[in-house]
Amino acid sequence: MHILLQNCRVVDPITKRDEAGLDIEINNGVIAKIGKSLKSSGAKTYNLNGAVVAPGFFDMHVHLREPGQEYKETIETGTNAAAHGGFTGVCCMPNTEPSISDPFVVGFIKEKAKKSIVDVEICGTMTKARKGTELAPIGALVEAGVRMISDDGTAVASAEVMRRVMEYAKMFDILCTEHCEEPSMTHGTCMHEGSISAKLGLPGYPSVAEDLIVARDIMIAEYIGGVRYHAAHLSTKNSVELVREAKRKGLLVSCEVTPHHFTLTDSAVETYWGNAKMNPPLREQSDIDAIIIGLKDGTIDCISTDHAPHSTSEKGTDMMSAAYGIIGLETAIGLGLKHLVHTKHLSLMEYITKCSTNPRKILKLEEISIAEDSPANLTIIDLDREWTLELEHIKSKSSNTPFIGTTMKGKPIGVINKDNVLGEAFA
Amino acid sequence: MHRDLLGIRGLPKDDILRILSRSDHFIQLLDQPETPVYPDLLKNRTVANLFFENSTRTRSSFELAEKRLGATVLSLAMQSSSVAKGESLIDTLKVITAMGIDVVVVRHQSAGVPQLLREHLSDSIRIINGGDGANEHPTQALLDAATLVEIFGSVASLKDKRIAIIGDIKHSRVARSNILLLTQLGMKITVVGPSTLIPREFANVFGVTVEHNIDRALSNSDVVMALRIQRERQDRALFPDVQEFRERFGITAKRCRAYPTLPILHPGPANRGVELDDETADSEHSMMYRQVTRGVAVRMAVLEWLYSE
Repeated sequence: MHILLQNCRVVDPITKRDEAGLDIEINNGVIAKIGKSLKSSGAKTYNLNGAVVAPGFFDMHVHLREPGQEYKETIETGTNAAAHGGFTGVCCMPNTEPSISDPFVVGFIKEKAKKSIVDVEICGTMTKARKGTELAPIGALVEAGVRMISDDGTAVASAEVMRRVMEYAKMFDILCTEHCEEPSMTHGTCMHEGSISAKLGLPGYPSVAEDLIVARDIMIAEYIGGVRYHAAHLSTKNSVELVREAKRKGLLVSCEVTPHHFTLTDSAVETYWGNAKMNPPLREQSDIDAIIIGLKDGTIDCISTDHAPHSTSEKGTDMMSAAYGIIGLETAIGLGLKHLVHTKHLSLMEYITKCSTNPRKILKLEEISIAEDSPANLTIIDLDREWTLELEHIKSKSSNTPFIGTTMKGKPIGVINKDNVLGEAFA
Repeated sequence: MHRDLLGIRGLPKDDILRILSRSDHFIQLLDQPETPVYPDLLKNRTVANLFFENSTRTRSSFELAEKRLGATVLSLAMQSSSVAKGESLIDTLKVITAMGIDVVVVRHQSAGVPQLLREHLSDSIRIINGGDGANEHPTQALLDAATLVEIFGSVASLKDKRIAIIGDIKHSRVARSNILLLTQLGMKITVVGPSTLIPREFANVFGVTVEHNIDRALSNSDVVMALRIQRERQDRALFPDVQEFRERFGITAKRCRAYPTLPILHPGPANRGVELDDETADSEHSMMYRQVTRGVAVRMAVLEWLYSE
């Protein structure tokens, strides 16, 4: 493949470049040349009309559901959704059936993901079958190629087991990612505990249930020392502050937030019901404000979607029985740019750092930058395009999202990963 | 005009007044000594009472109201139905209503189910909320309001009257619907209970006063409503035990005697010896049985309203 991208605005955190009017020549999956008014020299030419070209976006928290729940999503449909959403890489979470507690499952996913334009990294479990009692074969999982471990979907409830997970994981320098939820406080709940839950009489999941596990884990990580710890999908102001304090102490702690946790509050439950049921739940405006400050001051390292496909009947039911989570891969960039960049909370460079550079750094993946002789791994964005999500646009196998009908600003229009291209920019 | 009774929230005050006023007409029929002749307003209509949660009195009350107005009535205890066999809630409702149902009365343990059904069922079907989770129980609030109107003489006389609602506020749809309704009628509401059973934001959300001392609440009330306490809450560490609850939040015989004219409401079924002592429940100023009779009249009025212009 030999292509020439004309009139690009290159925004690359690694080389700290933000420059418009550039052309990029890609040959055999490698960036051959970057410059102004490059000659096509036989390459297929695409005029990007000033679109942003960024290093490929990476989502370190997606549920691809395969193996075991292929009626919700498959590796093929999930990665297709990722590519259309502007991602060139994802890390898939291990709450599959069977869970990723076994190197064979890692091998199965790797094999299935081979054909995809999207790189699929894998998260193994911390404990066997995510039961929270015995350690998973972490050594074998690391050897099979997992990039982090997590019992995501639930926290490791026992402090003792979590201590042993971190102690053991440290030997392999593997990232420990926690779903921060103290289960004794959230049993039977379905939304944030606050004014809306009081009003509707729905059982509430208090913010302190998240804060407790974040605090506990940070203390364990500090006690053990040298372990890499990542708090997944934070939703509360106090947990952001706890991570800020941990970073101030120099601990190897990182964290992420999802687009829905900085765009929606618990009041969405009254409109969307099941499609506003998340874990952690949608919180309050003061939590969103704290998350935005955390994104700005660097406390929050990255934005992940927690893409969680579920069938219509699993979501379109009453609040107590509905499944947790929403799909997120195809709305992440539109929401992120609209709510963080167009509002000037983050510069475009900072935003790209949190969607591309940082998640790769946290997972210790190869650095991706836009430079000559680097592999072509790019996300192309029409920064100012306003667009509205319609049901029929969705590429994911599931359509559980409260954002159908929502107008966003900023649209992914293409991805390039080595020799593969996809998206309307190449239509 | 299409009408549903999904909750007190969203029900215009004019409609509330109309239902209360019409319930007076129906209670006259129920109260008269001769055999009453009921109007067959629901002739050729079919009502399905779909109870996903146990209920004896609400279900009986609805059934009687429906039958007296001439409806064909289908009553199902849904716990034992196809829902238990894995069919989804929406599917189950679609299947039943496909048999030619005009009105669905639904009770469900999860808040929001009546709204969810409104979105999924055909427009020709009218929905009455028979109680959804801890959200709303609108016919209970209407029957309680009708009882209060009877006690104080008129709707207008409810203005500025003080009511204490006592017990497990957190889990009570009766409390929420009553607060929404009685606020509209100008009553001053205090909720009374242990701090573990009143959500932290409750006072702000509903504009009510929160009180933890029942004796202070009783001395400052014109009428009280005790709620049923579910003993299972004890297992979740929400209160120590029924003895302590009775002592601190029960309308004991002693308290009942201290306020010999204070009307006492209870939605039932009452835990005698916990929220009400026997003497309280059976006292002259206990309204429990009157509420039950009012319940049938109010439900007849609601069914009439459902098909009125």
